[in-house]
Amino acid sequence: MLRFEQVWFRRAEFSLSIDGSILGPGITAVIGPSGAGKSTLISLIAGFEVPTAGQIYWGESPITMMPPDQRPVSVIFQDHNLFPHLNAVTNVALGLSPCANPNDTSREAARSALSIVGLEKLGASLPGELSGGQQSRVALARALVTKKPLILLDEAFSALGPALRTEMLNLLKSVLAERTVLLVTHNPEDALQVSQQTLFLEGGRVWSAIGTDELFARPHKHLKAYLDKGD
Amino acid sequence: MLSLIPAIALVLLSTGIAWADDRPQLTVYTYDSFVSEWGPGPAVKAEFEQFCDCDLNFVAAGDGASLLARLKLEGERSDADVVLGLDTNLMADALDSNLFAPHGVSDLDLDLPIDWIDEIFLPFDWGYFAFVHDTALSNVPSNFEELAASDLSIIIQDPRSSTPGLGLLLWVKAAYGERADKIWADLADNVVTVTPGWSEAYGLFLEGESDMVLSYTTSPAYHLIAEEDPSKAAALFSEGHYLQIEVAAKLTSTDNSELADQFFEFMLTEGFQGVIPTTNWMYPAAIPTAGLPDGFETLIQPETSLLLSPNEARDLRLRALVEWRAALSR
Amino acid sequence: MASGPQSLGWIGRTGIAFAVSVPTIILLSVAAIISVAEAGSGLTSGDWAALRFTIWQATLSAVISVLLAVPLARALARRNFVGRGVVITLLGAPFLLPVIVAVFGLLAVFGRNGVLNAVLETFAFEPISIFGLHGVVLAHVFFNLPLATRFILQGWQEIPAERFRLAASLGMDTQAINRHLEWPMLKKVLPCAFVVIFAVCTTTFAVALILGGGPRATTVELAIYQSLRFEFDLRRAAFLALMQIGIMVLLAFIAHRILAPALLSHRMDRPVIRWDGRGFAIRMIDYGVIVGAIGFLLMPITMVMIQGLPKILSLPAVVWESLFRSLIVAVSSTIIVLGILIPMSYAAARRPRQSVWIESAGLMSFAVSSLVLGTGLFVVINPIMRPDMLALPITALVNALATLPFALRSVLPAFCQAEADYGRLADSIGLTPWARLKFIFLQRSKREIGFIAGLAAALSMGDLGVITLFALPDTPTLPLQIYRLMGAYRMQEAAGASVLLLLCSFGLFWLLDQGARRVEI
Repeated sequence: MLRFEQVWFRRAEFSLSIDGSILGPGITAVIGPSGAGKSTLISLIAGFEVPTAGQIYWGESPITMMPPDQRPVSVIFQDHNLFPHLNAVTNVALGLSPCANPNDTSREAARSALSIVGLEKLGASLPGELSGGQQSRVALARALVTKKPLILLDEAFSALGPALRTEMLNLLKSVLAERTVLLVTHNPEDALQVSQQTLFLEGGRVWSAIGTDELFARPHKHLKAYLDKGD
Repeated sequence: MLSLIPAIALVLLSTGIAWADDRPQLTVYTYDSFVSEWGPGPAVKAEFEQFCDCDLNFVAAGDGASLLARLKLEGERSDADVVLGLDTNLMADALDSNLFAPHGVSDLDLDLPIDWIDEIFLPFDWGYFAFVHDTALSNVPSNFEELAASDLSIIIQDPRSSTPGLGLLLWVKAAYGERADKIWADLADNVVTVTPGWSEAYGLFLEGESDMVLSYTTSPAYHLIAEEDPSKAAALFSEGHYLQIEVAAKLTSTDNSELADQFFEFMLTEGFQGVIPTTNWMYPAAIPTAGLPDGFETLIQPETSLLLSPNEARDLRLRALVEWRAALSR
Repeated sequence: MASGPQSLGWIGRTGIAFAVSVPTIILLSVAAIISVAEAGSGLTSGDWAALRFTIWQATLSAVISVLLAVPLARALARRNFVGRGVVITLLGAPFLLPVIVAVFGLLAVFGRNGVLNAVLETFAFEPISIFGLHGVVLAHVFFNLPLATRFILQGWQEIPAERFRLAASLGMDTQAINRHLEWPMLKKVLPCAFVVIFAVCTTTFAVALILGGGPRATTVELAIYQSLRFEFDLRRAAFLALMQIGIMVLLAFIAHRILAPALLSHRMDRPVIRWDGRGFAIRMIDYGVIVGAIGFLLMPITMVMIQGLPKILSLPAVVWESLFRSLIVAVSSTIIVLGILIPMSYAAARRPRQSVWIESAGLMSFAVSSLVLGTGLFVVINPIMRPDMLALPITALVNALATLPFALRSVLPAFCQAEADYGRLADSIGLTPWARLKFIFLQRSKREIGFIAGLAAALSMGDLGVITLFALPDTPTLPLQIYRLMGAYRMQEAAGASVLLLLCSFGLFWLLDQGARRVEI
């Protein structure tokens, strides 16, 4: 369980406050108009930003001041997920041994993670030789090998076409069933498709996570306005 | 790659340090032209090493005046045992530095134009400064005023780094006293360039960069004897010519004191003095039994010999230098 | 924020340490200089003359370079011809060219026995002398005309192509284009070019050492050298050094902002398509300017090559020894500059808010010329040991510090971009500092680092500056050896050694610049 205790973040004109918890395992979608604070939320959880006030807990332990790599968190970004000059296996292996020369054990683990995401044959390929979907799978494989319980996806599949996105979301659902997943997306359909819960952000305010079906069945006025505008 | 760094650092440091040898080493700092392959250096080295059982190392450290600056810079830490190539104009300054020890040679039997009594500095050769020109030059000046009034181009040496340059400064001072700055002001437009040393100046002159060059009355002997070329001459100046007596001295910091003494004894013998006229192209401090080589009799003989005492030279040097720089920087 | 979100790691901490120690070394040197430059050390009129000459020759050099660069840059901007890329590359070459080699070449062309005087004498003209002010300015124009041209050419490239189209559709003639399109650009670019060249010329040393004809053509840098080496007058050297710092501090701030981008820009490869200047006469003038400039830049180098190439194999052993010394200095200097540059850039990229401060620390060496820094180090070292024992390490260090500002300006943006792209990914998977350096920074700045490594190696290979203050008589570097050979009038050997130096400088640059691009990290 990821819990925010009166977390408040402020930079220049922008501020974000959040209080409440996200239950896991399972997928929680994070939706909201751009500029609402979705990425800031991810940054706070991942440790790229430190809240101005408040505490973030994973289970019972506070993680607010932990460096990113020590948090129980693995992140998949929208782009720059893979080092372009390293092959898929090495990219994934870095998740286990993040040093200049990942060892054989981690390479082995990387190969099996790649086969889980269906890329067992493409381990030696460079990211440039892979399609967008395949690149996302490599990033997903890296998240898998880290064994981190909390996975953050920051618009990870936004650049993919609708069919590919659906395919990735389904893959996500099947391989990450045991983990707590936060899926930041600007496509409300994504939320409907895979997430049990959805968190709606707007103007730095967070409407606490409730069941996706429930949320969309009776959208409150802010969500309704957002959905109508279609961002 | 990283392991390269200490290795390179080691090489960098060690290149500055000479490797030790079994034989005793006598290190002599001297001016550039002394050690050049046609200078006296190679012959002197060979002669001395025949009987000293040592290595004689000449180190060329610029022209004469910068030798003293280098020795002051190195101070007590100098590798030099002996310096060869200061002159009377630098002696007072050199004495003030307390870097030099008595030479210990008694019964000096010297053939110098003046009497020599000095227990620190030992002369090894001498000559008169003069402007050297091609005999094809038509309007050869016969004094500084004529030279300054002419449009002849001259190359001179920097008095701060070169003993001929300093000699010229004092030559003008000795000849004209208070009027020296006027002479320099008039000479300024004749000066093509000022070189740090004699070698550069003479080289530029031979390349045709100027009509005349500051050198010695003995310089034409080189062209006559070594190159059988009688086309160079020194201009006789009516004010007289300034005398240069080149000296050597022993460093107090030397750890080869006895070897240095041995070198001084050798310096006034035939083995050293005999090669001076035809390699350093100066008059030897002690004329060898065979006399001067043929050709030296053709050289001009100044009517008046000018020389400031070492103390006078020191006292006048700074002021003359300021005048010189002021005149030439206009 | 004890464990902030972006930990520096040991590399970043090293970088911060350098960002502190580089200015410390510089300030320490300056403090040492101030400590010996007591009041009343008596600057003579000759010293003021040196100051006047420094400013006067720098002004002349900058004005002439900039004025000549305008027609050349315009010709290059509007003409498209085979080999245009080569010409533009050639314009970058003088920056790497060892000064002594260039001066040797200039003497071969413009000296008393040079090609030009031979031509003049054939037509019964008075021969010209290259010594003194005009020689110094000539050499400076040789070095800085290309720099100015690249500056101005860049200005031309930055005029949007649409404006030329608009001008064409409005039917503007050359004069109108001049006034409405080009003049506003020149008004912006020329002062920058002037300031940069002026700054470069005020620190000139080797050129004045060889071509300056005595007190009449002595720069402040040369006066520093003379008071140290000729008179061993530390106090006066220190006073002159302060004078030099004064000039540089005034200029450094304006200069550093514009210097590196102009040198590093690779955006000059396309000519501007214009609809004016198509007349036969204008075309002939443009091509005439280009051919003239190429001749001016290539003749001296060609002369050195012709005279020196056949002599290379018969060079005496001392030349080869000095080459070895120079190679060691060049390699060490490159290692030092990269060793400082990479951690500093790492720290700056990781701490964007402090990057300005870190970069300024590296840029400080703009304020002290290498002779000033050398003088300071001399004063610091002298009480401890003989400074000349450290001649080579100090030459390597001083050259490295002199390259550092260029290095930071070129590499830091690449590091920052890499951090922006991959920093969070690296943070979240917890890349070790070494892995971060390897996978993110080095990988993404290979080109820049290779260029800087090449630049550092070539510059210190050809340096004839601080080495002259320190060198032992019997352990010269190659440039110093060439200077001595020229002094002893062994011109054949000097020519051979010059070619050797030229080949090594360009060779090292090429090797590192091109090599780094191909290296697999």
